[in-house]
Amino acid sequence: MSGKEFLVTRWTGTSTASAAIAVVVIAALSLLPLFSGANVTERLTTLFVYIILAVMWNALAGYAGLVSVGQQMFFGLGAYATIRLSYGGMNVYAAILTGTLLAGCTALPLSSFMLRLRGGEFAIATWVIATIAHLLVNFDPLIQGETGKSLIALNAYDATVRQAISYWATLATMALFLVLMFVLLRSRVGTAVQAIRDDEHAAASVGVRVMAAKRLISTIAAFGCAAAGALWLATALTFQPRTYFGIQWTAYMLFMALVGGLGTFEGPIIGAIIFFILEDRFGATGVWYLVGLGIAATLASLLLPRGIWGTIEDRYGVQIMPVGYRLQLGSVDGLDGKQQRQTEGRWARLRSLPRL
Amino acid sequence: MIWLNQIIQGTLLGGYYALIACGLSLMFGVMRIINLSHGDFAILGVFAVWLLVAQTGMSPFLALAAIIPFMALLGWALQHWVFERSLRAGPLVPLLATFGLAIVIENLLFEGFSADTRSLAPEIGDLAFDSWTLTDQIYVGHLAVLIFAVAVILLVGLQLFLKWTALGRAIRATSEDPDTAELVGVNSRAVYAVAAAIAVATTAIAGTFLAMRATFDPYSGPAQLIFAFEAVVIGGVGSLWGTLVGGIILGVAQSLGAQIGPRGFLLTGHVVFLVVLAARLFLSGVDLRGALRRGLRGFAWSRSP
Repeated sequence: MSGKEFLVTRWTGTSTASAAIAVVVIAALSLLPLFSGANVTERLTTLFVYIILAVMWNALAGYAGLVSVGQQMFFGLGAYATIRLSYGGMNVYAAILTGTLLAGCTALPLSSFMLRLRGGEFAIATWVIATIAHLLVNFDPLIQGETGKSLIALNAYDATVRQAISYWATLATMALFLVLMFVLLRSRVGTAVQAIRDDEHAAASVGVRVMAAKRLISTIAAFGCAAAGALWLATALTFQPRTYFGIQWTAYMLFMALVGGLGTFEGPIIGAIIFFILEDRFGATGVWYLVGLGIAATLASLLLPRGIWGTIEDRYGVQIMPVGYRLQLGSVDGLDGKQQRQTEGRWARLRSLPRL
Repeated sequence: MIWLNQIIQGTLLGGYYALIACGLSLMFGVMRIINLSHGDFAILGVFAVWLLVAQTGMSPFLALAAIIPFMALLGWALQHWVFERSLRAGPLVPLLATFGLAIVIENLLFEGFSADTRSLAPEIGDLAFDSWTLTDQIYVGHLAVLIFAVAVILLVGLQLFLKWTALGRAIRATSEDPDTAELVGVNSRAVYAVAAAIAVATTAIAGTFLAMRATFDPYSGPAQLIFAFEAVVIGGVGSLWGTLVGGIILGVAQSLGAQIGPRGFLLTGHVVFLVVLAARLFLSGVDLRGALRRGLRGFAWSRSP
């Protein structure tokens, strides 16, 4: 045989083009408040929060194999810390930033205990810890049990300005976390967490620092969810413990990540957009919307277990944002276009082998 | 005295937790499914019982007996159509499927029965409030004792079934290793279907007792679910006796917490759950039983002349 027998690549023509489009889209979105009405920016702010949440849950469950049922804790704590700091006299936007950082930091001490738990125990323990955080926040005299509190300090700003700032802050946070995740998943850490997800002992035996890698991902996910909570508060204005610490947030993250495609970079973004459209269209029907959401979740798990993007990736071997590697077998210049596509499809199927 | 009373009440409450947790323990232990809709099946079952009682005026116990076969059938069908298919795609997909089922059940029940809080207590006459007086401070409710007794009978029955029958052996073998069990001729699909049928049927029993000792509404499921999971995890996954012990530990912790202060009920239960997990984690290398035995021996030795 002559020439190279296989070729490892990351970027393809498609992915370079689509990554460029993603950058253009984000840039265009950042100009939107100058042209569109408050209604559009407010709805989009909601979408960005959903995307942050979906991407964080996907990083945990899809890449690191950490199935958390308690991410709503960081969401709630981010909002709660913001309220607390704001009533303590801090500027409201400084409070959002500091609140996010404080809430995210709670993940560090927790992780040394939580990350030692396995599978089911980890899932239940995260839920219990989130419930404890909820109960403790109820004790705060400022919050008064379930009564809650409003972020009145925001009233100092004009409504249009406030909405535009929230929009930009949420867009920037989303972009930041997307880039962070992209870089991280392409780095050694990304490979390490996926190895841990697939087999923790095997990963440890080849020198992966299991705890450090898991801790990094879970801490970033905590910061992401805390930021989402604080930004949600900046739009919703009222903080009620039950709405922020509710398990429904995890349910939404689960829905977005799994329907979109768990363990793919693009999947949770697509899942979040679908969830957003469903809510936008049918949310007003109340109970029937929730029934439909439940049916959609169950059907998706039965018909598209790899999620929408996972299925597309398997079938066509495309990746918009390449976080994995592509292996092209055989002498590359000896293959015609069809054969190349076949090897790519084979590689995609290789990546989609069942995992535990 | 008041503390002794709380411990007794907590132990009896633990019986209820064991009742709702035993089906979950079975599914978690055998199929490795985290069933997020478990609590909602209990509520679905009790709504069926309530409807039957309201329509015919029959005793809730008779109604429960009539509903149980249907719930078992439902469990079997779910395993066949939902759990099995979703489990094939990996352990996370059932999470999405059962979450979907949970919100469908909750919201359909809300649509059908409204958010009214209901109870079966008026339907069981004196049983709802009769009690034995042990001392002038300790009363033990007939219903609480009945629930505890049913829990123990159910767990003993399940344990005997798992231990001595061919089907029970097949279930245990499949929970250890489904592939190897298949190799020696066990039909793991049938085993899973039986386990799911038992699990869903037991939720109806637990739900009915919940409705007799307290109240229920379409959204009561998730609160029951977290207690059930706590009981399973405290007791150790895959052990039915452990589930009973876990339920009792949780119940006693909650009763003692309720005595300490408002919201103590929930908080203490959750904290004890975490403490048990932490203890198991950090003491995993320590020979606890041996240490206890040595400790007791030392104790006995020091007392003997």
